[in-house]
Amino acid sequence: MSQTPETYSAAAEVAAVRKRRGRFERSWIALKKAPISAWFGLIVVSAYVFVALFAPLLAPYGEAEIFPTPFGPWDETHRFGTDQIGRDIFTRLIYGARNTMGIALMTTLLSFIIGGGLGLVAAINRSWLDQILSRSVDVLMAIPSLIFALMLLSIFGSTVTSLIVIIAVLDSTRVFRLTRAVAINVVVMDYVEAARLRGEKIGWIMRREILPNIMPPLIAEFGLRFSFVFLTIAALSFLGVGIQPPTADWGSMVRENASLIQFAQYDIKAGLTPLLPAAAIALLTVAVNFVVDWFLHTSSGLRDEH
Amino acid sequence: MSIEHNDVLLEMRNIHIEGFSDEQWHPIIKGVDLTLKRGQVLGLIGESGAGKSTLGLAAMGFARPGCRITQGSIHFAGVNLATLSEAEKRPYWGNRIAYVAQSAAAAFNPAHRLIDQTCESAIRANIQSATESRQDAVALYESLQLPDAGNIGERYPHQVSGGQLQRVMTAMAMSPRPDLIIFDEPTTALDVTTQVEVLSAMRKIVEHYGAAAIYITHDLAVVAQMADDIKVLRYGEEVEEAETRTMLESPKEEYTRSLWSVRALEKSEEKGEDIVLSMQGIDAAYGSAKVLHNVSINLPRGKTVAVVGESGSGKSTAARVITGLLPPSAGSVQFNGTALPAALRERTPEQLQRIQMIYQMADTAMNPRQTVGEIIGRPLEFYLNLSGQQREKRVIELLEMIELDESFIDRLPSELSGGQKQRVCIARALAAEPDIIICDEVTSALDQIVQEGILQLLLRLQNEFGISYLFITHDIATVKAISDEIVVMFQGEVVEQGLKSEILTPPHPEYTELLLSSVPEMDPDWLTTLLKERV
Repeated sequence: MSQTPETYSAAAEVAAVRKRRGRFERSWIALKKAPISAWFGLIVVSAYVFVALFAPLLAPYGEAEIFPTPFGPWDETHRFGTDQIGRDIFTRLIYGARNTMGIALMTTLLSFIIGGGLGLVAAINRSWLDQILSRSVDVLMAIPSLIFALMLLSIFGSTVTSLIVIIAVLDSTRVFRLTRAVAINVVVMDYVEAARLRGEKIGWIMRREILPNIMPPLIAEFGLRFSFVFLTIAALSFLGVGIQPPTADWGSMVRENASLIQFAQYDIKAGLTPLLPAAAIALLTVAVNFVVDWFLHTSSGLRDEH
Repeated sequence: MSIEHNDVLLEMRNIHIEGFSDEQWHPIIKGVDLTLKRGQVLGLIGESGAGKSTLGLAAMGFARPGCRITQGSIHFAGVNLATLSEAEKRPYWGNRIAYVAQSAAAAFNPAHRLIDQTCESAIRANIQSATESRQDAVALYESLQLPDAGNIGERYPHQVSGGQLQRVMTAMAMSPRPDLIIFDEPTTALDVTTQVEVLSAMRKIVEHYGAAAIYITHDLAVVAQMADDIKVLRYGEEVEEAETRTMLESPKEEYTRSLWSVRALEKSEEKGEDIVLSMQGIDAAYGSAKVLHNVSINLPRGKTVAVVGESGSGKSTAARVITGLLPPSAGSVQFNGTALPAALRERTPEQLQRIQMIYQMADTAMNPRQTVGEIIGRPLEFYLNLSGQQREKRVIELLEMIELDESFIDRLPSELSGGQKQRVCIARALAAEPDIIICDEVTSALDQIVQEGILQLLLRLQNEFGISYLFITHDIATVKAISDEIVVMFQGEVVEQGLKSEILTPPHPEYTELLLSSVPEMDPDWLTTLLKERV
């Protein structure tokens, strides 16, 4: 700031003082400033991912392995006891992470591809196509999604594929709305007009000009959507139309062992058993939300006053 | 204008202000003193980044979020604002010290009526009752020459024009009868014709109520009309301060002289015979609102045609018709003697390549997520099929053409200054090797020194490559500097087109006369004289 050039030179004009940093260095600085809640969220999410990835190595028994004692108590051989037909609860909790999270992730990705893609097209197009898409989305959103999903699942059958597709389509309506709303603000920018005047194709404008500029809200929404999809799957499994046995998942585990809660007065541990998968769901949801909050806060440019 | 000022109202001593960016505190203001007497108007001028606004706000004892006042005293009417807490300063703000912001449209709350916002601070401070205050507001509107002063306050901010809104904001600032008003570039966003009205209204009201004022601007001609004294700032330090007349006639410092001489740039006109682009009988409309009526403009090869007019006159719409963004409802655009397809999507890449565009706001004209290399490189790849090494080599050549160097290639737009951004946009247009560049107000968002640099660059490129410019602007000084021919537009129609000298010498059609006479001159008596003449 102290240099004072005598003659005017374009290259010496004082621009914003800022150092170039690599992506890694920038993320590290952001992490160092992250609040404790974000750290907690990140650690929990990483732990879940770790468990999901290495489930077969971490689990003491097989996913569907049946032992002679149903509703077995917590002891050395079965840390959290066994379920109604004698499967190890601890093992199924670990496999449940893999199944429930895997399916939720696939579903969220699919809903973003559908909703995000159509949202961008609608934002760029802004004509009858936008009208048709937006109104159809309004219609879909007017129907309570859980009941609609229940209905569709009973029509198409509860396979993993139909589960993923149905939830993804229903969820993509919200992604569509968000994408369209944020993209509309970018579409009116001069650089998008410049790209159009250059003669760029719509695909290029979507990918290169608009998408990078709407990423932060979309990533945040991805985190939230993931939580909701996760809860929806758990709810559907609890109702019996979600992930089908013998595949382990947290929602159906709650349902299958729900009756154990009555025995809490005799054995507190037995009463806790159905709450374990529920707690696993709750913890992940809270953790994901912490991370999303922090990410939104840093990427929205909101700064605390110094 | 010169009243005897004895009583010191504001005294700022050795002010140091720092701003926080990139994990560090950087100095913004480095030890500036400022003294203001009752009734005195002080002009603060300098380029952007000189610290004008920061210093102006510091006069209220206020620092923007991310800034802090680290040193110095701010004595306002005997009280040191620098030592007070925010709660203790609040009774001063809006009552004894008022602030008029640059963008009136952004400063008003769109959900409340103008009069409620005008009276708010006077009522809250219990200076006046609600009815008194409303009557007073109407009186203020009248003295600011707002149309229909009795009822305009009942409107919402979006229902009045930019110039009217700026005057309402002045009324709002004036309503509690402050001792000091800080004007932060209040007319920068306005057309020249509107600017004159706002300036005279502001000057009158400041004189009438004997308030002191700090007038922040980068436009010297404007400050010459408003201020008793002028202080020049650069890099957060004071360059010099003197009485307005002395300052204009004999500035002491080299830097001040360079500011003064900027507007001297002038191009000798040449008539071009070979017409590269012509609009013939163009009518265009947005929906049912017709904005262009029978517009015909000819652009000779290798020459510059300046299109002037105030906002809403259809200048930019004409550019949209040429580029194909807005197909006209009648008439045609001829390029090199053949008609261009009306709609953008029907044009071939070769046709698109020939006509390039540069925008007013370089900030929004570049994708913030792309580097300079990607921005300039894309047209090379798209039109000329250059890639890899060849592309990079050409990007560097283009950067040198716009007087930047290789080191800029991996910078992001946010790491460039305003002038550098505009240069990169010029390079992007140049990369396509066009015949015509449409420049839409390309210099109006820039400081004067930077403006001059950009204009010289454009002139040099024209000489080297024979590019034709269609130069849209509302600034007559820019027109003098760059054009061969001038087109004057008013309410969607061409008032006249001709060589620069023909248009600029009288007699003029009525509208051209109004437009030309509204351009502020570097003469402190200009506004007074003009207002007398207009009456």
